[in-house]
Amino acid sequence: MQNPLPRHPGGGLARGLPAVLSVLSAFAIWEIYVYLSGISPLMLPAPSRVLDQMVLNRDMLWSNTVPTLKATFAGFSLSLTVAFGLSVVLDFMPRVRQALFPIFVVSQTLPLVAIAPLVVLWFGFDLTPKVLLVALVTFFPMLVALVDGYASTDPEIEDLLRSMGASRVVVFRRARLPSAMPYFFAGLRISITYAVVAAIFAEYVGARAGLGIVILNAKNSFRPDLVLAAVVISSVLTLMLFAITALLQRFVLRWRDVGDSR
Amino acid sequence: MNVLDMQGVNVTLGDTAVLDAISMHVCSGEFVSILGPSGAGKSTIFRLLTGALRQDQGTITCNAEPLAQNQQGFAFMPQRDALMPWLRILENLTLGLEVQGMNRNAARARVLPLLDDFGLAGFERHYPAQLSGGMRQRAALLRTIVQARPVQLLDEPFGALDALTRTHMQTWFEERWRAARWTTLLVTHDVREAVALSDRIYVLSRRPAHVIAEVTVPAPRPRLGQPVGPEAHALEAHLLNILLNQSGDAI
Repeated sequence: MQNPLPRHPGGGLARGLPAVLSVLSAFAIWEIYVYLSGISPLMLPAPSRVLDQMVLNRDMLWSNTVPTLKATFAGFSLSLTVAFGLSVVLDFMPRVRQALFPIFVVSQTLPLVAIAPLVVLWFGFDLTPKVLLVALVTFFPMLVALVDGYASTDPEIEDLLRSMGASRVVVFRRARLPSAMPYFFAGLRISITYAVVAAIFAEYVGARAGLGIVILNAKNSFRPDLVLAAVVISSVLTLMLFAITALLQRFVLRWRDVGDSR
Repeated sequence: MNVLDMQGVNVTLGDTAVLDAISMHVCSGEFVSILGPSGAGKSTIFRLLTGALRQDQGTITCNAEPLAQNQQGFAFMPQRDALMPWLRILENLTLGLEVQGMNRNAARARVLPLLDDFGLAGFERHYPAQLSGGMRQRAALLRTIVQARPVQLLDEPFGALDALTRTHMQTWFEERWRAARWTTLLVTHDVREAVALSDRIYVLSRRPAHVIAEVTVPAPRPRLGQPVGPEAHALEAHLLNILLNQSGDAI
């Protein structure tokens, strides 16, 4: 079987080195520019100042990171559960798939800028609207990946299972679900990068605490250094989630890492 | 006695008549081939036998029972090996037994003693992608045989292999078959393969397929691993002639 997707992402310090170097040199150029131009930190703070502010404000930043993490995890868990459950239903009921799929596509065309304030209006300033928004944003790539993944199953493998007397459920569990896993992880990696951003945006629209609130307040009080501090934290969170999915993928799809050593 | 008996089987898919009054049988311990041009409906016969399709007319019996009541008659080996790439070889081999409800340990106990004969000993922990084409095909064959069904259905099992590996595999397979005498129905469009392996050969016409010849192969076994004998050679020419005269260049 040809695998349509690349093997596991990342891998090896040596391969990560160019990326690390390019990021570091970008920061270095930024730092030098700020130093030489004498630009006000109210306009453009140097990376060193952002770092300083992160250390100074660590308690405030941490207490606002926790709600964002909660919203991200709760929203992502919800979306994962619903996407998987729904994908199974859609796989067993093609009619339902035809009826519902357009709705899911439409749900992806809704601009978050418009939807987020409405969801906050309907569900208040607590965790619920953030969870729903994270779920809304991350749900579709995973659902599509799973549905496409099931459809990618080798028909010969299905014929074989049926000749062994396998029911539809057994064919699903033994052939369609494992076939979908490479696709699922591709969708998962896309989804996970949206998750933190969606949570922050939901907070930005209306919340009591969270990185979105840090960004909002810092912007209103002309503190670009704190805005950037929150941005750094959000990036680190996303990278961590990405790394977790990559590890999980390496474990679940370990059969794809064996070479074609003939 | 006939393990498999098909009488007057007709199949129409959409507007296309695919099978036209097919009658054939396979006796216990017999090796029977269905030889026909590509697209003649050879695989349709297997789809009937594995329950993926129903005939419009005619009867199919397995051990004298109608097929509908006996779906456990056939073990099927598809054209490509259809090994599951996410399962290790041993898990692939026990698949059929586990699907039929045998627990994993019992299924392994059934498979393990056979690994050596199939040249797979030491590879049970490998994934299919780590094996050569010939080994994968032997694994697929073992997965079929180990189900211990009355009839083995082999759908062009060596068709996807390169010529050298195919010759190796056919020779190896004949040897295994001579030792075990699995009741086998082979679908192929390779005249030489059909003659080399079969006791009897049914020749199918182009669509709608009907049986245009039934020949018994008189050549003594083993037939492979040595120069082709005169009987086999004459039969090959005869079969090729039948196929070419009825199907033009469709082979």
